[in-house]
Amino acid sequence: MAKLVAITIIVIAIASAIPILRHTWWMAPDISTHGAPIDEQMSETMAEAGLSFLASQILLAIFIWKFSQSRAGEKIKSFPGGAKGLVIAAFLLVGTEVLALGAFGAKAWANMYFTPPAPNAMPVQVQAGQFAFYFRYPGPDGKFGPIHPDLISESNQNFYGLDTDHDPDSKDDIVTAEMGIPVNREIHLLMHSKDVGHSFFVPELRVHQDFVPGLDLSLHFTATKVGRYEIVCTQLCGLGHYNMKAYLSVMSQEDFDKWLKQQAALQ
Amino acid sequence: MHDMPAHAHVAHHAPPTSFIRKYIFSLDHKVIGKQYYGLAFVAVLVGMFLSWLMRIHLGWTNAAIPGLHFLSSNGAPGNIMTPEYYLQLMTMHATIMVFFVLTTAPFAAFGNYFLPIQVGAEDMPFPRFNMMSFWITFAGFLALVASFFVGDGPTLGGWTQYAPLSAVGSVAGPGEGMGVVLWATSIALFCVGQLLGSLNFITTTLDMRTKGMSLWRLPLSTWSWFITSCMGLTAFAVLMPACILLILDHVAGTSFFVPSNLVINDQLQPHSGGSTLLWQHLFWFFGHPEVYIAIVPGMGIVSHVLIANMRRPMLSHRTLIYSFGALAVLSYMVYGHHMFVSGMNPVSSLAFSFPTLIITIPSTIIVLIWLGSLYGAKLRINAASLFALGFISMFISGGVSGFFLAQPSLDIMLHATYFVVGHFHMVMGVAAMFGIFAGTHFWFPKMFGRMMNETLGKLHFWLTFVGTYCIFMPFHYLGMAGNVRRYQAFAPDFMQRFIPVHKFMTVAALLTGASQLIFVYNLIHSRFWGKPAPENPWEATSLEWSTPSSPPPFDNFGGELPVVYHDPYQYGVEGSTGDYVMQTSPERIQTAHDEA
Amino acid sequence: MATTVHEPPRIEEIRNPSRLTSDSGNGGWRNLIPADGDLRAVQDYAPPPASTGIWVALAAISMSFAALTSALVVRKGGAMDWRHFTLPSILYLNTLVLLASSVTLEISRRRVATFMGGLKSEVASPARWLYLTLSLGLLFVAGQYVAWRQLSTQGLYLSTNPASSFFYVFTAAHALHVLGGLGGLVRVVHKLNQLVLRRSTLDATSRYWHFMDVLWVYLLLLLWLKL
Repeated sequence: MAKLVAITIIVIAIASAIPILRHTWWMAPDISTHGAPIDEQMSETMAEAGLSFLASQILLAIFIWKFSQSRAGEKIKSFPGGAKGLVIAAFLLVGTEVLALGAFGAKAWANMYFTPPAPNAMPVQVQAGQFAFYFRYPGPDGKFGPIHPDLISESNQNFYGLDTDHDPDSKDDIVTAEMGIPVNREIHLLMHSKDVGHSFFVPELRVHQDFVPGLDLSLHFTATKVGRYEIVCTQLCGLGHYNMKAYLSVMSQEDFDKWLKQQAALQ
Repeated sequence: MHDMPAHAHVAHHAPPTSFIRKYIFSLDHKVIGKQYYGLAFVAVLVGMFLSWLMRIHLGWTNAAIPGLHFLSSNGAPGNIMTPEYYLQLMTMHATIMVFFVLTTAPFAAFGNYFLPIQVGAEDMPFPRFNMMSFWITFAGFLALVASFFVGDGPTLGGWTQYAPLSAVGSVAGPGEGMGVVLWATSIALFCVGQLLGSLNFITTTLDMRTKGMSLWRLPLSTWSWFITSCMGLTAFAVLMPACILLILDHVAGTSFFVPSNLVINDQLQPHSGGSTLLWQHLFWFFGHPEVYIAIVPGMGIVSHVLIANMRRPMLSHRTLIYSFGALAVLSYMVYGHHMFVSGMNPVSSLAFSFPTLIITIPSTIIVLIWLGSLYGAKLRINAASLFALGFISMFISGGVSGFFLAQPSLDIMLHATYFVVGHFHMVMGVAAMFGIFAGTHFWFPKMFGRMMNETLGKLHFWLTFVGTYCIFMPFHYLGMAGNVRRYQAFAPDFMQRFIPVHKFMTVAALLTGASQLIFVYNLIHSRFWGKPAPENPWEATSLEWSTPSSPPPFDNFGGELPVVYHDPYQYGVEGSTGDYVMQTSPERIQTAHDEA
Repeated sequence: MATTVHEPPRIEEIRNPSRLTSDSGNGGWRNLIPADGDLRAVQDYAPPPASTGIWVALAAISMSFAALTSALVVRKGGAMDWRHFTLPSILYLNTLVLLASSVTLEISRRRVATFMGGLKSEVASPARWLYLTLSLGLLFVAGQYVAWRQLSTQGLYLSTNPASSFFYVFTAAHALHVLGGLGGLVRVVHKLNQLVLRRSTLDATSRYWHFMDVLWVYLLLLLWLKL
């Protein structure tokens, strides 16, 4: 039976690797300016993890095959180098590997989080609430009007609790259910939650950030490809969590301007 | 006035005579161990059943599941599962499995039964605390199950119960009322129970060892229980006050975790100033050590079982012990990897990612020592050793996905996707379970005086090994492609193509689940009608195999505590008369093997 | 090997931990039983489980209060709604009461040890100082209750503001543990009266009680600083 175990392990290991190698289910293609280091990191890690996975499973299988009971009468052998060799190997190989991954990954992370948004980045606000995202554009005055939580009302469609009668900055704010952005323009996304925890995830954009109630968080990114993508919530927020999504439309600058005008007319 | 040497110290209690004292409120660690095992057994069947319901729903979201209406008329009108019911089932599945199965069986059940015996003691030093620890844990289980029967059902916030969803009350949705309070109460009780248990485990290991049993002569299973209880001591002691603060936010109007200006259902909430991230920090400070609490006993059990079946000790006994210890220590420094994109300072994310990557090193050392010990061994194949070998394969698979999740930049793509779910199911849902199966097959003869059926055991192994790979490998692929977790249905356009894979995984899950019935049957049948077991069926060396009977007598060793002359794993020793020398054997051994 | 139930424990010499039982090479497979078969050299001395146990328990309790402390620090630093208030002055009196109870406990410990060791069996009512400690402990808890009443007359309840919330949580948690300690002391008195008290039980219970003192002083400082 030992041989059967060994063969099964090898078959499973190889079968598991095949969809990875063939990218059968893989990340959506990157449409961001900061995503390339992430994708590279992913491939690097996949290679190292994949090799470790295959090597250790195959080694396990080989040892099970070779060293089972039928060796009665023979002496117990010690692995060459003993435990010391293995410990050193672990420290050196794994240690350098993980530290390298860590160091390079840190660069990809720093790229996103430790750089400030460009001064001409376009600000867009997103508010997450049970169970929808609403977006706000500052309008021609470039300023967001204040939010009054006591005025927030789904039933009146006043999602942001704006008081257009008393706050001049709110008058030209544009609130939409869909996020439109111009291509190749840096966006400064200002995030807050209306109620519980949510998260903002756009796989193609390589962007993922939780909303934390009580905190104002922000991200910046630039989309490089026109198209329609989905923003999904990934932080469990209640029964409608599975359905909490919005469309992200990346458009040419002209199309965006047109779109924004149309949205403004609907306010 | 001084006390006598330690092994005279146990609170001597005469063998119980009444039914209640013998089987219900027993002070005997062996009975308590079996009670814990029974609790875990019931819990795993419940948890598995819940996972079947979840998986059917994921594959066939709008399908009516016959009979579901009886389980919950709110949750499944017309037998079709509502979105909230899915989340409630998911939360209960996870909570039951993590706490009442994976912490209970490998640690509380086997540890209670075998730790005192393996150190050569008659019982734990605080038998009444031990008894209380089981019944308090059991009360916790009842509190959790009770949430199925209250108002709008169990909480739906996931086993992680993130605030403010968990703290604002029923305004946030079904199950967020009484369900949360019961959840938090259940977990707080569980923590108290396990703290009492850890108290006993630690003092037994340190103070109750018999003559000649130095710390280095303890078997690996004992070391793993000892190290785990040290982790439990600190981890559970943090979760318990966190749960209490959550309950207060819920029922007493405090705002520990709920910030101001929340608008739910168009109503401004009365809370102010609380910190949602605070809950996450407190929870994960517990939560990460918890997952090591779930796996380290399994590593100890698997090492112990493998050694007996390889007929040789591990390449380096001490290296394994140091590695278990390193895992325990590092486990406190890595918890922020659950919070990479949580909104905490991105510098903290980097800070947490380094120890997370470094924890790979002791894990690798452990796997390499196992592999290196297989080299040149004389491996026996039986149900116990198959599950032990399976554990190694599963731990490799689950561990390798950790490489990805340790890096914040990659976590951007993988956070809250099925990749994470695949990762933890591999290590906890499968590897830790294999540790439980290995321990069961190995120790059943000692606990019940009968052998389990080998054929059924092997069949169970094969179906489970192949089956769990079929279920959980695809989770990783889907996660990579962006399949978000905790969704009751896959609404986004880009997830539609994942649904056929979910159907496949559901079928695999149901089949694998069904094959667990083989184990259930084997366990129950062997308990009453299994072949009578010889004293030491595995020809193993540690102290549990030197008890005068199986099951051991009330005081474990029949009146006279053993004297230990040897290290725990004297197999394949040159110059001895057999291929093994028991720890209690006075036989002298001439040469030592080369050891690093 | 155990003492029979109704004899006072004998005084026994503590043996030094045997050097032979310590690690002799990396799991080196030599016998640790010496050639002359004299097992006394390998008879390990281990501390009584009660004293290890109490340190374990205190470690867990410390972790719990550490968790609550970090919750307080985070909560205070995170939002604008912290409202300081003056701690009720009875707390300082309660502190003295608790410290006094530790003193009385130490006195009683020595008397009880002397009594149980059979050296001076004329020690009258060795339990007297224990009863005094118990009373002081109860007085402390009562005093804490008075502090709560004083706060509530100021309109500060559990949910009034975060500072008051933490005040109640910390003092309640501490008081609950003190009640546990009182239970332990009651048990010690009970065993003393039946002449079955072990030294380790007495020591462990005392250690717990003194820790409640130390913990209270720490909490008082914390609350005074932060609240």
